[in-house]
Amino acid sequence: MPKDQGIGARSKRREDVRFLTGAGRYTDDINVPGQTYAAFVRSEVAHGKITKIDTSDAEKMPGVVKVFTAADFDGKGGVPCGWQIHDRQGNPMLEPKHPILAEGKVRYVGDAIACVVAETLEQARDAAEAVVVDIDELPAVMDMKAAVKGGALVHDELGSNLCYDWGFIEDNKAATDAAFETAHHVTTLELVNNRLIANPMEPRVALGHYNRAMDDYTLYTTSQNPHVIRLLMGAFVLSIPEHKLRVVAPDVGGGFGSKIFHYIEEAFVTHASRLINRPVKWTSTRSEAFLTDAHGRDHVTKIELALDKDGMFQALRTETYANMGAYLSTFAPSVPTYLHGTLMAGNYKTPHIYVNVKAVFTNTVPVDAYRGAGRPEATFQLERVIDKAAREMGIDPIELRRKNFVGADEFPYQTPVAVAYDTGNYQATMDVLEKIADLAGFEKRRADSAKKGLWRGLGVNCYIEACGIAPSNLVGQLGARAGLYESATVRVNATGGIVVMTGSHSHGQGHETAFPQVISEMIGIPESQVEIVHGDTANTPMGMGTYGSRSLAVGGSAMVKATNKIIAKAKKIAAHLLEASDGDIELKDGKFTVAGTDKSVDWGSVCLAAYVPHNYPLAELEPGLEETAFYDPSNFTYPSGAYACEVEVDPDTGKVTVCAFAAADDFGNVINPMIVEGQVHGGLAQGIGQALLEGAVYDENGQLLSGSYMDYAMPRADDVPFYTVDHSCCTPCTHNPLGVKGCGEAGAIGSPPAVVNAVIDALQRAGKTNVTHIDMPLSPSRVWAAIQG
Amino acid sequence: MYAFELEKPATVAEAVKALAQEDAQALGGGQTLIPSMKQRLAAPAVLVSLNGIKEMIGVRKDGGDLVIGGATPHAVVAKEAGAYPALAGLAGNIGDPAVRNRGTIGGSLANNDPSACYPSAVLASGATVVTNNRQIAADDFFEGLFTTALEPGEIITEVRFPIPQKASYQKFLQPASRFALTAVFVAKTGGGVRVAVTGASEDGVFRWADAEAALSANFAADAVSGLSVDPEGMIGDMHGTKAYRANLVKVLTGRAVSAA
Ligand SMILES: Cc1cc2nc3c(=O)[nH]c(=O)nc-3n(C[C@H](O)[C@H](O)[C@H](O)COP(=O)(O)OP(=O)(O)OC[C@H]3O[C@@H](n4cnc5c(N)ncnc54)[C@H](O)[C@@H]3O)c2cc1C
Repeated sequence: MPKDQGIGARSKRREDVRFLTGAGRYTDDINVPGQTYAAFVRSEVAHGKITKIDTSDAEKMPGVVKVFTAADFDGKGGVPCGWQIHDRQGNPMLEPKHPILAEGKVRYVGDAIACVVAETLEQARDAAEAVVVDIDELPAVMDMKAAVKGGALVHDELGSNLCYDWGFIEDNKAATDAAFETAHHVTTLELVNNRLIANPMEPRVALGHYNRAMDDYTLYTTSQNPHVIRLLMGAFVLSIPEHKLRVVAPDVGGGFGSKIFHYIEEAFVTHASRLINRPVKWTSTRSEAFLTDAHGRDHVTKIELALDKDGMFQALRTETYANMGAYLSTFAPSVPTYLHGTLMAGNYKTPHIYVNVKAVFTNTVPVDAYRGAGRPEATFQLERVIDKAAREMGIDPIELRRKNFVGADEFPYQTPVAVAYDTGNYQATMDVLEKIADLAGFEKRRADSAKKGLWRGLGVNCYIEACGIAPSNLVGQLGARAGLYESATVRVNATGGIVVMTGSHSHGQGHETAFPQVISEMIGIPESQVEIVHGDTANTPMGMGTYGSRSLAVGGSAMVKATNKIIAKAKKIAAHLLEASDGDIELKDGKFTVAGTDKSVDWGSVCLAAYVPHNYPLAELEPGLEETAFYDPSNFTYPSGAYACEVEVDPDTGKVTVCAFAAADDFGNVINPMIVEGQVHGGLAQGIGQALLEGAVYDENGQLLSGSYMDYAMPRADDVPFYTVDHSCCTPCTHNPLGVKGCGEAGAIGSPPAVVNAVIDALQRAGKTNVTHIDMPLSPSRVWAAIQG
Repeated sequence: MYAFELEKPATVAEAVKALAQEDAQALGGGQTLIPSMKQRLAAPAVLVSLNGIKEMIGVRKDGGDLVIGGATPHAVVAKEAGAYPALAGLAGNIGDPAVRNRGTIGGSLANNDPSACYPSAVLASGATVVTNNRQIAADDFFEGLFTTALEPGEIITEVRFPIPQKASYQKFLQPASRFALTAVFVAKTGGGVRVAVTGASEDGVFRWADAEAALSANFAADAVSGLSVDPEGMIGDMHGTKAYRANLVKVLTGRAVSAA
């Protein structure tokens, strides 16, 4: 019988009761007496010098409390960047200031110039329209390759649009180049990883509240990591000590990375609230979200794979231009470097790898992590070039992958790109895929499609990702300006209930359900006896938040550590109550028993004794039952998988239909299979969206053409098939207590190459042998054009 | 959104009077007008809602014509225009249920979005647009992007569709908006075949004369296979090049003939 409690149970997501009944409490649901409303005046041009800002008319408008410009932030910092990259010569990256309101220049359409704060939102908007801004337009810097050669500068003071030119690993370069010289076969592919807009269902909101009586600040914000925002904004922007600043991220309606970063609006409302001594709320419109939420991806890459005559990979070399946008968003520099270069080995034993990345400033919205962050970019180019190589060499694409896999007996496996994989079994994962995707039946399905006049194709690929970020000492060496541990406080109440205060943050993932399953398993009490608290710096220990599929692997591990401390102490109490030695106490099913006897005391009695210590070893043991732990991982975790996609292409219109998608993942141990499946489903939808539908499109003047849902195509239910997902191939992580790896991003990382491989396969099988690549999104127009040749 | 007054007349005559006020504008389902007001792109002082005018709502047969009231929502047409299945099908595929329950045929035609569905049905059917003071033949109604023969304050009270012998609407979805990336309405009547194309041309909905001639002679899908459409004048954007839309015009016309 399947379990109905604890690790492995398909427990229903308890948070959905409030999410699905409209009872969630989001940032915009929070209102504070005396609240005012902010409306930003944003740049309508991509690049220009501000010659005049006249706020005098706006100030006279009804309800206006104050009109802010950069002058109101004199002496305050810009929003900082949290990761410093060093270039091939060892020099630090170029790092411009990102002011809260534009200082002299605007650098992208949507850049904030001024802000009106008024009694009502409509009054603020009316007055924002009355702010007069004169701008001398400058040429927009849009094309990355042209931008590094000269011409207009996004940041004049930096002297270049090249943020950094990074080599990884620089010492690998000579050997990699040499391997290419002697290679039997070289496959080259140039491709674009399309720019995406995260589009969480809930747009960003920030509410700043300065309390003069207490001289302290509260910021309510849509964040994936409230402690990080408190540290960055308090220490680097507004000089507010952390004990005077509380950051609350209540229910958050999706983030996908875009709510990791510290945005100027957060600093604005917090500081503005102090200046006017009133709470200030800003709620993004959907249009503003398109123009100001950090975008994702946007790489232009050339990848080369060298093979010997048997198809064994000899060397891999890449050159990538990575768009940073106009300013460095919080983690932007890390995405195309350490979250991307380190993954270039994939699931394969390629002896020599060299990765070069040029990060470029352009007059576009800042680009940063988006579901997968760097790993989808790595996976896409690698799995596309392998497919192309297979075709060129006449080797079956699955066979070529299998030949080059790291073997199950070769773990731990040290890659040539710094990381060492702890576990995996790629052959077994591929075996699972071949079965669940019924690859044997493909030819028949292809014939059925052909009868309808449709071209069917099959795309297969693998992926590896590094998540559970990350060992603090390692990322420190790589340039992170933060530690990447996680924390948990486990508070047991006198009557046996437990509250876990975690530094992880749930914005849809299901922590409130999954975390209690772990504690339920460890102690043997019902899940309903455990509650999760997160998202408020006032009542959770310093934590780094949720991104990079790290919550369970890192935050869950902290919780396990704290719970182990609880159990150790509870055993001492039990030992006292049972007049035994604590070494002889066993905990099972919520009962402490003296080993080998029938003497026992239940969980509730021990908890009560801890808080009503009448019969208690007070001389040796403090009362109470509450423990905090911080967990710093010793390595990344390495989920992996094999994916298969089948498409039908309509040759007359170029329309691609995804008929089937199968995902075989190895996530290590799984706490709640239903939540894991949901995470994979969502990731696949986003990956299929990237492959077929989504793309942020700018014109040459820097206007965002895909600035609304009229033009930015999000995947809908009928764009995706019923998925076949399986995570039965399980090689537990060896270095965290739960043996878990993380599943939040896998779907989005692994699926784009499967879709594109499938479309190319369909075209190739139909005789369009000159079509070796089409850039995403594979819109009907692009596919049709490729078919025309 | 800027502040505005809302009026809810019960008759066409009252609506005409209300629309005579300065900066007054008719409100149909609001599916286009309200979003543009929210974005502060439109700022009428008075909105005159047509949704309470009973004589403007409903679907009825009148001899060989199907007559649809100007304020009839798409969902009602989808359900009640069974006498003209291609038209009912078109209405049932506009937007999503919320849009279909609010958006109206009159609003769609008055707006004349170059990617909207109804204009192609009106043009291909040779329908008549009836207003509060005249009857306008389909061929005279559409005057390019977002432009029609309507005078300021003029209200579409009903649309009269002659029911064709055969018809089909083939819509190729723009993946984001799900308006027509290109769509073709083919209608065959005793008088010949009319082919109207929406979503494709920089000049809005148009009749494809070559296809009409070929199909009037031989109503078969391969009758158009030898024709070509000039990409010049087609819309080219991120969703499809000019050449791509020209191709769709031909492919969809063939499919419409097969499906009719
Ligand atoms: C999400 C979404 C998806 C959509 N998808 C499609 C689609 O796939 N295909 C498609 O064709 N359309 C689509 N639409 C448009 C929609 O179907 C409506 O047809 C359109 O919005 C206009 O109709 P309305 O009744 O809402 O007009 P309104 O928005 O109320 O008015 C539009 C204009 O028409 C004027 N007007 C309204 N009624 C009359 C009248 N009786 N006489 C004279 N003038 C009038 C108004 O003054 C205004 O200028 C979509 C809309 C949305 C929001």
